[in-house]
Amino acid sequence: MKKVKVTTVSPRQKGASVPKPNPKWGREEETEVFAKRVKLFRQGKISEDDFRRFRLQHGAYGSRLHMDYSMVRIKVPGGEMTPEQIEKIASLSEAFSIGSAHVSTRQNIQLHWVQLEDVSEVMRGLVETGLTTREACGNTIRNVMCSHFAGVCPNEAFDATPYSMAIARFFLRNPMCQNLPRKFKINFACCDLHGLEKVADIGLVPLTKEENGTMVRGFKIYLGGGLGAASFIGHQLEDFTAESRMLATCMATVRLFDRRGNRENMARNRMRYLVHETGWEKFQKMALKERSIVEMTTSYSTAQLFDIESQEDTRHLPNAPRMAKLPMLNDSVTKDSPGFERWLHTNVAVQKQESYFTAFITLGAGDITASQLRVLASAIRDYSAEGVARNTPQQNFAVRYIRGTELRDFYEKLASAGLANPGALTITSAVGCSGTTSCNLAITNSHRLAKEVQRKFLELGLDTDDNLRDATIKISGCPNSCGQHEIATVGFFGGATRMNNAMVPTYTMLFGGSSGELGKAMMRVPAKRVIDTILKIIEIYKQQKSTNETLQQWVSGVSKGRGVGSIKNLEDMKAALAQVIQLPASDIDADAYMDYGSDSRFSAKTARGECAA
Amino acid sequence: MRSLTAAAGKKKAAKTSTIQLPIICDADTLRSLISKKAVRVVDVRKANDYKQEHIPTAISLPLARVLENDAPEKIVSILEELGVSDKTPVVVYDDTFGALAARVAWTFQFVGHTNTALLEMTFKQWKELGLETEESARTFPKAKHSLEVNKSIYADASYVEAAKSQPGKLLVDSRERLNFLTEHIPGAKNIPYTMVGSNGSILRKAEELKRFIENRGIADTTEIITYCGSVGTLSGLTYYALRLAGFQNVKLYPKSFKEWKALGKPREEFKDATYWDLSAE
Repeated sequence: MKKVKVTTVSPRQKGASVPKPNPKWGREEETEVFAKRVKLFRQGKISEDDFRRFRLQHGAYGSRLHMDYSMVRIKVPGGEMTPEQIEKIASLSEAFSIGSAHVSTRQNIQLHWVQLEDVSEVMRGLVETGLTTREACGNTIRNVMCSHFAGVCPNEAFDATPYSMAIARFFLRNPMCQNLPRKFKINFACCDLHGLEKVADIGLVPLTKEENGTMVRGFKIYLGGGLGAASFIGHQLEDFTAESRMLATCMATVRLFDRRGNRENMARNRMRYLVHETGWEKFQKMALKERSIVEMTTSYSTAQLFDIESQEDTRHLPNAPRMAKLPMLNDSVTKDSPGFERWLHTNVAVQKQESYFTAFITLGAGDITASQLRVLASAIRDYSAEGVARNTPQQNFAVRYIRGTELRDFYEKLASAGLANPGALTITSAVGCSGTTSCNLAITNSHRLAKEVQRKFLELGLDTDDNLRDATIKISGCPNSCGQHEIATVGFFGGATRMNNAMVPTYTMLFGGSSGELGKAMMRVPAKRVIDTILKIIEIYKQQKSTNETLQQWVSGVSKGRGVGSIKNLEDMKAALAQVIQLPASDIDADAYMDYGSDSRFSAKTARGECAA
Repeated sequence: MRSLTAAAGKKKAAKTSTIQLPIICDADTLRSLISKKAVRVVDVRKANDYKQEHIPTAISLPLARVLENDAPEKIVSILEELGVSDKTPVVVYDDTFGALAARVAWTFQFVGHTNTALLEMTFKQWKELGLETEESARTFPKAKHSLEVNKSIYADASYVEAAKSQPGKLLVDSRERLNFLTEHIPGAKNIPYTMVGSNGSILRKAEELKRFIENRGIADTTEIITYCGSVGTLSGLTYYALRLAGFQNVKLYPKSFKEWKALGKPREEFKDATYWDLSAE
């Protein structure tokens, strides 16, 4: 009788020639240390403060008003994930979390409501597939972001991915950044259009320059940007930073911040405050000087820790078969168009590689179930020639290197699991942080609101309106900008307001933001009036717009007082919306006074944030 | 009467070299027992699923039938009808990650059958591995089975209520995390049923389960009472997971949270977060 061996056979990777190797970000010994520390903490042998610092350093946040549970933040450099990693996260979410995983706005994957005692088991599973939670929270260098278009972007000077990975590896567990004054964020863009380089402590955009007849690689580097209770746009350090000076520039900036950052006032200790208080010109001089010192003093062995070459994808990806007729990405569609055409129009982008395409998976505020993750993993294996996917700051997934000839099959596969919703690249793909679903700081349920906005907008077919396409809706549950509300066309952050003698969950609405410009706070809108308010704005835009003006352009104009119709500025806009935000008395419409996801009277409950531990 | 039954059992044992099964029976062991005709295989799926195909020599006992006849005497007569005597090795399987099988296995154990194991995998996985199945329904000659109710593995609502305040006793809720957060029996700890299995096996390896429990700082001498939402299936699986992890004193509260609520007993709720909105379901 033949013996039965119950093992899962390594699945065939149809799409890619060779699967990507395990990136080995994680270390098994760290999971054991974590389990031990939890026990010591429970036995009262470590103080709460010490334990919190340790826990955050290893990527586990306390959950909203319930410290027995953690949010485990999985650091995913550049958002790049293999099918094995996606499947592992599916299993871990089922076993230890809530059966769904959550894509953050900084390319992390978060597992919520994990019992503190199980966190080490989650970490153990992650390590098997090369992932880590190390330094995903706490006063460290957080996940290094890289544009999900890097490597396929038609506008990019070169692929920033290996640089971003090399930087992530250099700083991970590096003694120089284990106890910074506050968290520190590094974002790589692909080009000036697709990145978040201006809202990070260090933002980098690839750039080439001709020097003595040869093209040299380098970056535009922005310092001191960031979103939060007070937000700033980064300053460009110099015209061109050669790639050979990139590491030194980053190290110098981190060192300056480490030495001079504010370690006393937790509310003002991000580097952007240091830059602001020092004054950019002075800070710029300091940074350049520090860089010279770093360049003179960096040891050979330290420099060896930064290795771009080892991070390059050396696999040779085959050319995609040429298509007699290219897919009609630009054909206009309506909400009654066939599902595939609508999806093609609103979820698929061209790549610089001929006949290859990048398709986006539309999620609701970044949530995806374990079984959907498994279908996604299988779809990546079957259809992506690079055999990986990237999660995006819009809380979606980008699957790249799909042959144009296979887009329909790919779509069908996703559709079977409810993953083929349209609208990923449009206004309907609203961003929402986790809000009151799990965060201590949240005042409102921004998460659910973002999903409600998406649901309503898709139902109305707003994804098919190309004039709305480049506009964005981003929602945070408190003034701290995890939902990135300042860089949205129309952004919202949660609060509480007394109206008609009752507390109401409200959002402060911001107008006219973009990835390089901060929106302006305008007015407070009750949570249950947010959707109507956005729809009213769209209605007014349609009456007021000049020919070919998109919603994003129109809103931006109004926010600068440059409106050409009867709505010239924010004051006019406010007056036009005054009616929509009214609430009837609470005994007439009790629901209007409650937050989404709640059937009881609203009260603002928060606890201490752990961002600055 | 009892000695007669035991003698009958012994006689049979001698004939078929009866073995004592561990908690989990792997596929190879089961196939070898089947070929030696030394096991009673119990299929607890719906009767129609059984009719279409099942593991060779399996007999059908849908979970619903066990739940409808939960008096120990009735269970014993079911065992007898299935041709199971005191020492007959019994292997139970289902198609839902082991929870239904566990509930039936526990019931057998409760009425005094001490040689029951869970098949390590579900019927679906058995099929996926390309293992043998058959279509014809089986019946076996009626056997004699004694009744010896094992109260040490059973808990009712009043036992649970008293246990809450007793040291060395721990109440474990096997439901999924979001259900647990919403409401649970005061003082209960959550070990979701989703934690105890892993791909390809209804229960993880003993050392892994042990480590999970150890992480939680639960002493191995603790008496644990498991419950779930309604009829003790999910918590039945947790019952066996804890046994496999080495806990000697485990009890199942089969009427679970459904009864607890119906009795109007106190509940612990957590309403300070809107966690349900995180689910992508």
